[in-house]
Amino acid sequence: MAVDAQTVEKLAELARIAISKETIDDVSSRLGDVLQLVDQLQAVNTDGVEPMAHPLDAVQVLRKDEVTEPNRREDFLALAPLSEAGLYLVPKVID
Amino acid sequence: MHQLTIAEIVRGLRDKQFSSVEITTHLLERIQQLDSQLNSFITVTGDQAIKAAAAADDRLAQGDAPALCGVPIAHKDIFCTTGVRTSCGSKMLDNFIPPYDATVVSNFQQAGAVSLGKTNMDEFAMGSSNESSFYGAVKNPWDIERIPGGSSGGSAAAVAAQLVPGTTATDTGGSIRQPAAMTGTTGLKPTYGRVSRWGMIAFASSLDQGGPIARTAEDAALMLSVMASPDKKDSTCLDHPAEDFSAKLNDSIQGLKIGVPSEYLSDGLDTEVRERVQEALNEYVKLGAELVEINLPHSNLAVPAYYVIAPAEASANLSRFDGVRYGYRCENPADLRDLYMRSRGEGFGEEVKRRILVGSYALSAGYYDAYYNKAQQVRRLIKQDFVDAFDKVDVIMGPTAPNPAFKLGEKNSDPVAMYLEDIYTIATNLAGLPGMSIPCGFARGLPVGLQIIGNYLDEARMLNVAHQFQQATDWHQKTAPATTPTAE
Repeated sequence: MAVDAQTVEKLAELARIAISKETIDDVSSRLGDVLQLVDQLQAVNTDGVEPMAHPLDAVQVLRKDEVTEPNRREDFLALAPLSEAGLYLVPKVID
Repeated sequence: MHQLTIAEIVRGLRDKQFSSVEITTHLLERIQQLDSQLNSFITVTGDQAIKAAAAADDRLAQGDAPALCGVPIAHKDIFCTTGVRTSCGSKMLDNFIPPYDATVVSNFQQAGAVSLGKTNMDEFAMGSSNESSFYGAVKNPWDIERIPGGSSGGSAAAVAAQLVPGTTATDTGGSIRQPAAMTGTTGLKPTYGRVSRWGMIAFASSLDQGGPIARTAEDAALMLSVMASPDKKDSTCLDHPAEDFSAKLNDSIQGLKIGVPSEYLSDGLDTEVRERVQEALNEYVKLGAELVEINLPHSNLAVPAYYVIAPAEASANLSRFDGVRYGYRCENPADLRDLYMRSRGEGFGEEVKRRILVGSYALSAGYYDAYYNKAQQVRRLIKQDFVDAFDKVDVIMGPTAPNPAFKLGEKNSDPVAMYLEDIYTIATNLAGLPGMSIPCGFARGLPVGLQIIGNYLDEARMLNVAHQFQQATDWHQKTAPATTPTAE
């Protein structure tokens, strides 16, 4: 199953991953191989089978809404490539 | 001293045959001598290790020593370690120094273990050869022209080369068991939810599970007893009490029913690997076990289902790498979109990008039902195969991998060929079952792994079954050529 260049560009946009023009054909053909592999699933009859989300069918645990961790804003902000005055910096988003 | 197992080190330290500083120093020297060739470590934390070893020696002297006090280990570079770079094998996290410890790391610290550093791995644990690491491929200590398996290739190679007696690792589709098989080590993937995923960098959250790689089942049991714990910080972690996984090691396996799936011994399996597995099964018969032929009819769907579910979950998990909060950021972004696109395009390697794109495809509008939902339905069929089998048998056995270690570069250009490396291991991840790989001989001079699959939460029995084999055979004691500094 082939994946055309247009589909790859759309996926790259959805995933926010820049893909160079030179590699797009290669990426298309590799993706096609993988999709061909997974397309084997389409032949399986799964009528009435419930999708499996957790192997032991566990359910989401709830806890009381209590403060258990200290605020470590400085520690986490220190990991940012660019920050200023306690805020993450990104290129200008509003004109 | 580097030949010692964890169990022997624990005894040696308590009997004052040597100190933790002595063995830690010795192993750090070996890493320095041997690892430039193998590349099994990304980061070696020598100074911190010596300090921790000295502290462990004090506790041993005071008679206040926890389970693994003074025992050297190493962590796969997927587990967050306070103040020590945690790269996940990626350029994206080349500069990431976590401000907190993974629960697994804390558990080992509380048990008194001494970490020597962080081991190499496929980028974001995506790979079966350790060739996708940003820090370069790891070499197999049995033949340095060959792969050590992946994604926990560094963890497996370091143990096989006797640089450290035990390492932590993770397994999403075979990443503990397949490298254990390729390197002649003993690796265990627990039941999904046994080991906390908190602070373990996520690849596919419904499949990822941490576990140990060591040289013996006895050591794997000691490590798992420390690793596995309920954890309020991971809501998928089972609320199951900590367990002593060594307790049943010496139980008899007389009358043990071993299921042998015909699907795991079919076409595509290397002839010599098949012979070694058959010989191991014969050994079990000698030990009093009974072989039962079983069927896992949906086996052929495990790889396709996995390559929908794992990439889909990866595409969601890896969306957190945005070039804003931590990790790699591209130079001079023109605008916010450009910042995201180029930081991710430049920060991720080829295989990671490919899987994110496949995952985005499977989750995109109009395809969700045909791919992700369908794969989750098939997943239940695969699980039901195992549930039915475990009505009749106690454990399931077969090969861990379809072939022994292949040459570096051999499968790099063909992702699907690489994916088929995990053809026998993936189904256990999809079903959430525990699995092990133990050495069972050699094919063309390279180690072969026997896979043991246990029922849910039945790790203690699996370890018992593995230990009894290792009491009767010595495959796990064979030493790789690259364990001596002169080996070339």
